Amino acid sequence: MISFRRFAKTSLTGTILFLGFSLGTTANAQDGKTLFQTNCAACHAVHKKSTGPALAGVEDRWTDKAKLHAWIKNSAAVLKSGDKYANDLYQEYSKTAMPAFSSLSDGDIDALLAYIKSVPAPGAAVPGAAAAAAPAAEGDNTLLFGILTLILAVVALILLQVNANLKRLSDEREGFAPVEPVPFWRNKAYIAFVTVILFIVGGYLTSKGAMALGRSKDYQPVQPIYYSHKVHAGVNQINCQYCHTGVYQGKQATIPSVNVCMNCHMNINEYKGEKLYNEDGKEVDGTAEIKKLYKYAGFEEGKPWDATKAKPIEWARIHNLPDHVYFNHSQHVKAGQVACQTCHGEIQKMDEVKQFSDLSMGWCINCHRETKVQFKDNGFYSIYEKYHQDLKSGKIDSAKGITVEKIGGTECQKCHY
Amino acid sequence: MEQKKHWQSFGELNQSDAYNKDVKDEFREDLPFVADESKSTSFLEAKAPRRDFLKYLGFSTAAAAAAASCEMPIKKAIPFANKPEDVVPGVSKYYATTYVQDGDVVSVLAKVRDGRPIKIEGNDLSPITKGGTSARVQASVLDLYDTARLRFPTIDGKEVTFEAIDKAVAGAISGPVVVLTSTVTSPSTKATIDQFVAKYPGSRHVTYDAISYSGMLLANEATYGKKAIPSYHFENAKAIVSIGADFLGTWLSPVEFARQYATGKKLDEKNPEMSKHIHFEAVASLTGSNADEKYLHRPSETGAVVAALLSAVNGQAVTLSDAKLKAGVEKAAKALNEHKGAALVVCGSNDVNVQIIVNAINEAIGAGGKTIDWSVTLQTRQGVDADFTQLVGDMNAGSVGTLLVYGANPAYTWYDAAQFKTGLKKVRTTVSFNTKMDETTELCKYVVPDHHYLESWGDAEPVTGHYSFIQPTIYPLFKTRQWQDSLLKWSGATTDYLAFLKTFWSAKVGGETGWDKALQDGVINPAAGVAAGAAFNGGAVAGAVAAAGTAKKGGEVELVLYEKIAIGAGQGAANPWLQELPDPVTRATWDNYVIISPALARTLLHIDLNNGGQADAYEVNPPKKVVKVTVNGKSVELPALIIPGTHPNTIGIAVGYGRSEKMGKSVVGTGKNVFPLASLDGATVNFTNVNVTITATGDKYPVALTQTHSRYDTTQGNRTEVMKELTLAEYKAHPTEIREEREAELKPWGGLEKFESQGTIYPVYDRPGIKWGMSVDLNTCNGCGACVVACTAENNVSVVGKPEVLRGHEMQWLRIDRYFSGDMDNPNVVFQPMMCQHCDNAPCENVCPVAATNHSSEGLNQMTYNRCIGTRYCANNCPYKVRRFNWADYNGSDSFPDNQVGIVNDVVLDMSDDLTRMVLNPDVTVRARGVIEKCSFCVQRLQASKLVAKNDSRPMVDSDIKVACQQACPTNAITFGNANDANSAIAKARVENPNRQFYVLEQLHVLPNVTYMAKVRNLEEEHPAAGAKAEGAGKKEAAAHQ
Repeated sequence: MISFRRFAKTSLTGTILFLGFSLGTTANAQDGKTLFQTNCAACHAVHKKSTGPALAGVEDRWTDKAKLHAWIKNSAAVLKSGDKYANDLYQEYSKTAMPAFSSLSDGDIDALLAYIKSVPAPGAAVPGAAAAAAPAAEGDNTLLFGILTLILAVVALILLQVNANLKRLSDEREGFAPVEPVPFWRNKAYIAFVTVILFIVGGYLTSKGAMALGRSKDYQPVQPIYYSHKVHAGVNQINCQYCHTGVYQGKQATIPSVNVCMNCHMNINEYKGEKLYNEDGKEVDGTAEIKKLYKYAGFEEGKPWDATKAKPIEWARIHNLPDHVYFNHSQHVKAGQVACQTCHGEIQKMDEVKQFSDLSMGWCINCHRETKVQFKDNGFYSIYEKYHQDLKSGKIDSAKGITVEKIGGTECQKCHY
Repeated sequence: MEQKKHWQSFGELNQSDAYNKDVKDEFREDLPFVADESKSTSFLEAKAPRRDFLKYLGFSTAAAAAAASCEMPIKKAIPFANKPEDVVPGVSKYYATTYVQDGDVVSVLAKVRDGRPIKIEGNDLSPITKGGTSARVQASVLDLYDTARLRFPTIDGKEVTFEAIDKAVAGAISGPVVVLTSTVTSPSTKATIDQFVAKYPGSRHVTYDAISYSGMLLANEATYGKKAIPSYHFENAKAIVSIGADFLGTWLSPVEFARQYATGKKLDEKNPEMSKHIHFEAVASLTGSNADEKYLHRPSETGAVVAALLSAVNGQAVTLSDAKLKAGVEKAAKALNEHKGAALVVCGSNDVNVQIIVNAINEAIGAGGKTIDWSVTLQTRQGVDADFTQLVGDMNAGSVGTLLVYGANPAYTWYDAAQFKTGLKKVRTTVSFNTKMDETTELCKYVVPDHHYLESWGDAEPVTGHYSFIQPTIYPLFKTRQWQDSLLKWSGATTDYLAFLKTFWSAKVGGETGWDKALQDGVINPAAGVAAGAAFNGGAVAGAVAAAGTAKKGGEVELVLYEKIAIGAGQGAANPWLQELPDPVTRATWDNYVIISPALARTLLHIDLNNGGQADAYEVNPPKKVVKVTVNGKSVELPALIIPGTHPNTIGIAVGYGRSEKMGKSVVGTGKNVFPLASLDGATVNFTNVNVTITATGDKYPVALTQTHSRYDTTQGNRTEVMKELTLAEYKAHPTEIREEREAELKPWGGLEKFESQGTIYPVYDRPGIKWGMSVDLNTCNGCGACVVACTAENNVSVVGKPEVLRGHEMQWLRIDRYFSGDMDNPNVVFQPMMCQHCDNAPCENVCPVAATNHSSEGLNQMTYNRCIGTRYCANNCPYKVRRFNWADYNGSDSFPDNQVGIVNDVVLDMSDDLTRMVLNPDVTVRARGVIEKCSFCVQRLQASKLVAKNDSRPMVDSDIKVACQQACPTNAITFGNANDANSAIAKARVENPNRQFYVLEQLHVLPNVTYMAKVRNLEEEHPAAGAKAEGAGKKEAAAHQ
């Protein structure tokens, strides 16, 4: 009886202790900025025309808010409806259609618009930048819970100890032979419990570590030329596809060949932008980096360029998938209409590129589970008659839609063959 | 309802104990490690000592730790310096070109991936082949990356530069010059040869074919006045009689003929009519196996049979001693006469007289202008033996100053190679353009290796007026040069061959645009002409018939030398894919052997195949008894294989083996050369011999036969649930027979209609979107094996080498099962391509402990190699035995080189050479040791085709997707597509053929996605007598089973 009670006590303590450190953090909600970066930034800037119009003041230009939402969700449909403003816009931007963003909810769009409003014009002073940062810590209660758990655990321990003392006293009074108290480090139940916990935690960490072998999130090798995506894609707003030509056509997005670089750099021979710094904080001379390119290209300034003299640049490869994985860019970017930033992060803000995602299978699968198939504007999916019916009849929640998983996107032989 | 008994092996026919035990075990060997080998206890009884366990555990931990602590190497990503505009890395491009080898011409497309040709596909624009290919065409891409290719020009075996050799040859060429080639069909090459020959007066061009068709050429000259071969139209023939012509396998233009023949064999359920094919032969061949009726005769009787057929066709009496044969000839004559104007007779003999009689028969049955077209001629064989004999004479007489050899290899293929070799020594200057160090090149002083066809420019004219173009698909890998360039250079021309070719064609095709289009299409076809006959001069017929009557009488045993589909006259011997392709008829790999009949086996080898024990002993043990065959004092010792369907007094041996070891690793230790057993018979080479002696030597030699591998059990006996065959008469009388039979089989589980839902306790799943399906028509499949090699090329299937095939470890994802039925001495044969059936209720899936094999929503049975741990439960549970296990590191894909050395043989090591590996398809994982693999329905192609449709924003159509086996098939026997799409060919094939369609082992409720269409043989009898007898026996066994 006694031993049983003691065991119960110890396990109770242990459980409380265990709960104390197993509390995790919850995921943060997406905000307008991230939404903008992942969905819009490839073609739009806030204060500057690019592939699409500058977005500042977009709400003033679209008088009907519902129409603006409809436009963002499915521009083709609005164009079809014959809206004059939409069609003029389409003509103005040389008939480049905006992809449909049916996955964005109304709330998302509102967040987006709020973000666009909040971005100050480049010339204007930043009002109250410090004030904006204030409520950052709000919503994270982990520390509070931790302290609470610890206090409760201490209280429970004290109570247990008190209980044990009282019991001993009462035993003494009633004439039972006193049991030699066992210190907790020799208490078998404690030892067993700690062993089990250690085994579980150790095993978890070991297997997690093993799984992470060969993964290289944040991998940022030194490249032969300090090439800044920030300068090219961010500041100068060059479309990704201008250089990564294969991204709509094939497996590889492809790294541009020297002649593509030279299209612009034949004329742009010095760097005049903001100062550049490398990872170590040292200043980088942009003009010198352009000269490095000239060396690879075999180009001498002032003379006509002979492209045949070019030598390829041996970049250090950052994104490496194992050989048994088949990944195709065009499937994701063209058919799936996924923005580059979804996997590569805010590339337009990176000077030197680093690996943004861990490129693990779990990461892939997770996205396939959550991403909706671009059913609407792709004739290929007309074969999924059943799903179309179900969506119509409401059997499938149209807000949730058909995820990639639903049409087999998490099956082995979609990527491994 | 009644079905014939089909059997794969003699054990199955006899239902021997060994056979029945064998079919139960997929894996016949124990795991490799047994604790105490001296006691040879089984693995389960073996003790695994604690120390061993700790050792393995410790090693694995240490190895994992060591591997983990290594720093990640920096991988480079190197883009183009200047990217060509139309090249997208990772996207394959297809270039039209032409497979040309010793006269054989097939228009093809080369799939080029990132600058490397990796796969050959047929060119649909060619009216000759209509996209069909053969095993050798499919395998030709591997020859490009052959490590044994000559890599630079040599003089006396020493490397020199082109300038040096040009200079040396220019000084050494002296008249008279002879250009010796195999058949050249290229008009521009002929022009270069003419130009070269004109430069050196007294010179000439001699064409030499290893397998000569001079008999036909001379006979046609005698009767039609043209030394040419007409084009044939098997598709127009309702009655086809072949006397020893293997036109589906090796005769003249087999890809073309297979396609034509299949049109006659395709069965329309609403109007069931088929062509009738009667075959006469001495040794079992592929074409004979496909015939509706087959009769056996001795080679010495060929003349008599042909003469008898002529008189029978003309309504005269037939005199033949063999009653069966006589009945066959009468039947053949009847069929031919019934279909006058739609009948065709072909003969494989190289005897002028025999071919003259065949021409007379074709005249009598009105073949000219209908099934034989003289308006265009077939150019793929032009060699006349007399020309070559003359050349050998001249060489020996010392009257040849210079010999230039291209393509031809008489030092190996000429019956009297010794005489050719002595002659060669007397020629002052010898030059070889051959791509490899073959037997003739070895003896030549100057060697200027030619490009592989995938590196070349050129053209070909297989049939007059039909042009096919060759364009390079890769920059030459080695320091080689097109032989036409050498000829042009040596004849003093200043242009190179490309310029010559362009000028040659420019005017004909309409300038640069026309030329570009010709290259893009790969072919230029003439306007469809009207088939025409030719004036027949019957003067020689009487003499020929008389000569046939006085032919040499055959001795006790006669010999036929034949070509194998894969090896040909030796061209395929150095190609591991072809060596490992099981011969369709014998199912043997890596060797040649003596084919003998079951009757001869009884007397010569004392093996009675009807005796269960003796049959098993013969069949189960790879070492086969060796026999010694002696012909005119020359003898050869080879193992004997017993092949039913061979004449009791005839033996057959394949040519093309026993090649020089310099040809590559795969020729080492494979077979013996039997070209010396041929003889010169008057003006033509004779590949038969009517009197040979054969004795058993008492030795044994292992032959890697695959016939008894991957056998599977059939619960009902007789294989009726695996193979369904009918006669045409039966089908006409009772078209729904097979459907009813299936209905009866499935009755206990709801019948055909409700079988899917009622035959199982599993739920029935929805299949929205895509559902892949395949249908194989057993009527048009002729077993040629093009699909097997295509599959190997597409899916990076490993070559395992002879020792591994002997152990049943071959890796081919697609095998062609050969079934016999009926009379043991002359059985009917059916071929059944067998690959993963992609069962919707797959038994392999639910036994995998790690879910490495599971089902996709599109109906694919998926195999995930990186998840597989190699328990092989799936293979054991597969009812069709189509799963393959990587017993060794065949691809060199492990990190430890020691996993290959000493375990796999040189051929396999050579296949993982850096050069050979360039042939691998980068979209398909190369499998490591210890994992299972199997047919994936070419999932990489399915995914690619889906993506093309998605990017075009349209539903997928049939033309988007062709799986490798389907693409390669010359007869379109395989249909594949999305069965959910009512407009797809696969859905139509299933709807339009409800009566012939069946699933293999349907009653198991594994729900395969592959349907077969039953074989219908064009016979008048509803139940062939022999079949009925065997069937009775089968029933007894079935009863015994229950």
